[in-house]
Amino acid sequence: MFQVRIHGRGGQGVVTGAEMLSIAAFLEGRHAQAFPSFGSERTGAPVVAFCRIADKEIRLREPVMEPDALIIQDATLLAQIDVFAGLSENGYVVLNTNHTLEEMGLAEFAQRFRAERVITVSATDLSLKHVGRNAPNVPMLGAFAAVSGLISLDSVAAAIRDKFSGKVAEGNIAAATEAYNIAKARMEAAHA
Amino acid sequence: MLKQCEGSHAVAEAVALSRPEVICAYPISPQTHIVEGLGEMVKKGDIKDCEYINVESEFAAMSVAIGSSAAGARTYTATASQGLLFMVEAVYNASGLGLPIVMTVANRAIGAPINIWNDHSDSMSQRDCGWIQIFAETNQEAADLHIQAFKLAEELSLPVMVCMDGFILTHAYERVDMPTQEQVDAFLPPYSPRQILDPAAPVSIGAMVGPEAFSEVRYLAHAKQMQALELIPKISAQFKEIFGRDSGGLVRPYMLEDAETVVIALGSVLGTIKDTIDEMRADGISIGVLGINSFRPFPVSAIRRSLSHAKRIIVLEKSLAVGIGGIVATDVRMALDGLDKRIYTVVAGLGGRNITRSSLHRVFRLAMHDQLEALHFLDLEWSIVNKELDRERTTRRSGPIAENILRDLGQAKSNVG
Repeated sequence: MFQVRIHGRGGQGVVTGAEMLSIAAFLEGRHAQAFPSFGSERTGAPVVAFCRIADKEIRLREPVMEPDALIIQDATLLAQIDVFAGLSENGYVVLNTNHTLEEMGLAEFAQRFRAERVITVSATDLSLKHVGRNAPNVPMLGAFAAVSGLISLDSVAAAIRDKFSGKVAEGNIAAATEAYNIAKARMEAAHA
Repeated sequence: MLKQCEGSHAVAEAVALSRPEVICAYPISPQTHIVEGLGEMVKKGDIKDCEYINVESEFAAMSVAIGSSAAGARTYTATASQGLLFMVEAVYNASGLGLPIVMTVANRAIGAPINIWNDHSDSMSQRDCGWIQIFAETNQEAADLHIQAFKLAEELSLPVMVCMDGFILTHAYERVDMPTQEQVDAFLPPYSPRQILDPAAPVSIGAMVGPEAFSEVRYLAHAKQMQALELIPKISAQFKEIFGRDSGGLVRPYMLEDAETVVIALGSVLGTIKDTIDEMRADGISIGVLGINSFRPFPVSAIRRSLSHAKRIIVLEKSLAVGIGGIVATDVRMALDGLDKRIYTVVAGLGGRNITRSSLHRVFRLAMHDQLEALHFLDLEWSIVNKELDRERTTRRSGPIAENILRDLGQAKSNVG
């Protein structure tokens, strides 16, 4: 079973991101479960959502406490809560920022993990460019698909079309695709 | 057809496939997505010959449901928490009159203190109201149980509550195999009422009954629930014939046959318990779980039979009978009357507190060694409780408890951070 925890703030589509991830996995024939950390949802407040992906029925209902991957949609959360709690050394991290890990002061911390598994992508900029609003959830899924190899970009696009239609869907697919390519390039650079 | 969708969406589709004729509901979290979905379907014309009635409260919702059901319409509503409490007078009337309304309860805690999260306090508060109460373990089962509920309700002329864990199921995306309209039509015939308000053949429904007949009417309400004990497994078997999967029934055993320790629970927490039991079995521990699907009627014989080999029973319930302990546990004790077994009550998950495998491992192991107290509150923070008790011992004007505790928790957090 592969467990993903998504951190963000109310209004950034954290819950929708987890749902789309589960749809993408479902479309690839996997079992998937997505659910939010339920709270009073307020714009700007920290929000957490979870997604489990497995080859058999998922019965577990506890929150994801030991994630295999973290999707962090808002870098300002790093100063507020322990978003990395429970992440193993083999874990994956996708962080939404237009700064480098060095600029974020995370270079030393990131060395605990495999370099090609800790990737930054400026998902907010990409969503503004392609969708016209701050909705980093979809480009983050594109980057996650690249970093984890768990789901294909095609499945991410299909999940986007399940949730959205028309121009919004196409803009999101463009954002996810660009994020996917950026993440791929950064993984290869980290590997080299 | 397999779908990946929200639990609420799956339930709305299952209700739509059951061809309801009147839907009347008032929105309340965590049930809202279900009736929103149904409202959209009615408006788009996806549900034929169905009227969606906006009401101004839950009391009105159940009152409209009573009227439409008495007029012969297949009727559906949904609620949760304070909404269920607000409609209680009408809830008793629906069952007392024998009207086969189907209602989803998206289980949520009851205030005060106000809390929107999941536990079973709401439907448990109505355990004696005369409605049948069935609990879903997964979103697949929640969808399936609604289709079964209409059949059960209409065959008995008795209302049915389908209970599903609020948020944990209603807001979870998972795989659901949605039935086809043909399958549902083959399973669920059109509603044929036992009683109907018909101008061509006028009757009164809801006569006043004095001491000369009240006991007999009430006894018949009990007798109908006893009939449901026979009918629920039959309907589950018929469902399997058409839809090809196990859903519903009275109880649901897992790893039970040789189990010395047996956990009893209701609803979605059964999944986490099963995963925990698999891990304990791998360590050679003799443990199993019995899920209770039908809480009303309470399947006394089925439970007694299922537990005949068990040495000890842990009833893990998301409800609290203040002043005595467990609600489900009290019923289980009655089912096991005269048998020599240790019975532990574990109150867990109140107001949405997470029930984790690690906590379940700990509490199950304590019980196995007979080191658990008879009534245990899972993951209770004793330091917080004792601080408030101490405050009340030393200060007359100690203030409101909930606010005191929140303040203590905030201090604890800021000390850590």
